[in-house]
Amino acid sequence: MPTRDINEDIKWAQINKDVLRSMENPRMGYWVAIGVCLTMLAFAIGAEIYQYNVGMGPSNLNWPHMWDLYIATFIFWIGMSHSGTLLSAILHIIQADWRKPIYRFAEAMTTFTLLTAGLFPVIHLGRLWNMYWVLPYFSDRGIWPNFRSPLVWDAFAISTYLTSSALFLFVGMIPDLAICRDNARGWRKKLYTVLSLGWRGDDRQWRHFRKTYMLMACFLIPLAVSVHSIVASDFAMSIMPGWHVTTFPPYFVAGALYSGCAAIITLFILLRYFFRFEQYMTMPILDKTIKLTFAIAMVWTYLNLIEFSSIWYGHDVIAKELLLSKFNGPYAPYFWAMLFFGSVLPFAMAFEKVRHNIPAMFVISLLLNVGMWLERWMIVTPTLSLSYHPFAFDVMWPSWVQWFIVFGSFGWFGLLFLVFVKIVPSVSMYEVKEMIFHRRHLANKGIAEVMHRRDSDKQSGSDAPGLEGA
Amino acid sequence: MKKYHLLGLFSNFDEAFNAISDIRHYKIPGVSVDDVTLISPIEHPEIEEILGDRGSHVPKFTLGGALFGSTMGFLFLAAAQANFSVQPQGGKPVIAIPTNLVLSYEMMIMAAVLSTIAAFLVSARLLQKRKPLYSENVGIDQVGIEMEVEEKYIEPIKELFREHQVVEIRDEVIK
Repeated sequence: MPTRDINEDIKWAQINKDVLRSMENPRMGYWVAIGVCLTMLAFAIGAEIYQYNVGMGPSNLNWPHMWDLYIATFIFWIGMSHSGTLLSAILHIIQADWRKPIYRFAEAMTTFTLLTAGLFPVIHLGRLWNMYWVLPYFSDRGIWPNFRSPLVWDAFAISTYLTSSALFLFVGMIPDLAICRDNARGWRKKLYTVLSLGWRGDDRQWRHFRKTYMLMACFLIPLAVSVHSIVASDFAMSIMPGWHVTTFPPYFVAGALYSGCAAIITLFILLRYFFRFEQYMTMPILDKTIKLTFAIAMVWTYLNLIEFSSIWYGHDVIAKELLLSKFNGPYAPYFWAMLFFGSVLPFAMAFEKVRHNIPAMFVISLLLNVGMWLERWMIVTPTLSLSYHPFAFDVMWPSWVQWFIVFGSFGWFGLLFLVFVKIVPSVSMYEVKEMIFHRRHLANKGIAEVMHRRDSDKQSGSDAPGLEGA
Repeated sequence: MKKYHLLGLFSNFDEAFNAISDIRHYKIPGVSVDDVTLISPIEHPEIEEILGDRGSHVPKFTLGGALFGSTMGFLFLAAAQANFSVQPQGGKPVIAIPTNLVLSYEMMIMAAVLSTIAAFLVSARLLQKRKPLYSENVGIDQVGIEMEVEEKYIEPIKELFREHQVVEIRDEVIK
């Protein structure tokens, strides 16, 4: 297996050519994927129309199960959004240049998962048209939302995160959009001319671009952490057993990073295969991403164990009862599946043979996300089935309406992503050039230093202290 | 005297930097490095060593945005809570500081990000009509030196560019 993150001999013109080629002439597979996504979306739209006409009854959402798959899937999508922008920002700040070929699609994933997640509170509300009530707007009656509610915090946090992530993605794309502008014709030329904002790559633009990008990265890291902490507060600030847990915010953040990293691996493999990006999305970069995912999986596992042990030794009888019911109650198969996919399966990634087996890693990355989706479901539903009052004990299974909408949300995400990769370069051309340039530059510098050292060795007799003086 | 836009395209950073270095050392009297704009497909890490530190005001706008967002955010929430006395408070303070801090934090980031973007658009002179001299090759692999100079300097600068293996030279009269 090659050990270098990227082939440093690749010509810059070739990078432009390869990436721009990926945006041209969709093949049959692309249209099939679009068709599949549209079909999935049609299921969701059909179910939503039915639910809209009939009311929330067919979803099975009723007391005590007021929250179910819609909220679980909302958390899942919010979580998945975290890795893209958060990892991109962190890796940018620490100057880990291996992020450069893969950050663009990861950031796009963030934006699209947020757009998907944002649909679920609206669908869950039932009365879609009243969604704007959560926003703080001036009204004649002087009514304001309850700012003490974490649900209102959600609205603030998610809208801030969506705006900032979308802008972060867009700013990072400007130099590439200018390249697209210079190479496009027809409607694409007009589109890229508008989107590239008149970029020409002069030193003034680069200077301000770098500052802007760095500052945004600095803000996005705490923002991403705060968003999922706030989503965790939706649960942790209640007094429900299984939800009122101190470790929930870090647990949610770790779970978010975990599912996001798994999704990055899935999309990495798909883009590498379909767009023939083997030269950019290389095996060493995939290897690093997998190792990172494995590390986060271990953090998530640890936080699970902490949660179990603090409930076990906390002597809260109700919470303990709930924990036991997760292990052997009606939802036990799903809970065990969550633990298997989330905590046991990742150990496969410790083996180099598995990490270098692309089909195996593709399946594992999908299963990790199945585990992460189950995790969110197992947070929401078991608590509501077994809370404080025996008369409220109730096991509920989601109806087909909920399943269809959840299923369709994957189609919606897929559709957005497929459109994105054909309109915008999914590999950052200028950043890959920078990566190659800097690595080559460093390599030359290294050689130069060695050469210099040899030169100075000859002169060391006069200037440098000799061995005698050491 | 007529003024010209001049663009020299080089195949690599080294040649372009050598040409700028000559200008910096006043090889052509009357032409200074301040007249030079470097156009490149990537940002070169050592560009400031050649062109001098030209600075950026973007962080100041970011700071201003962050301060504005947090202050106005808190005041907005407090004003809304103070005016909405119909809402039952359950004995808690009308203006809840811990929760307002969470929301002010989000508004701080939102305002900081938006002001950073606004500062970037203005400072980088985006959303303006592009100068007529532009080469698509700069988006691929060539490095351009652009200058705005008087007619008498045109030939010496072209000669300097040629000394440094310029690939192409373009010029245009400024109307």
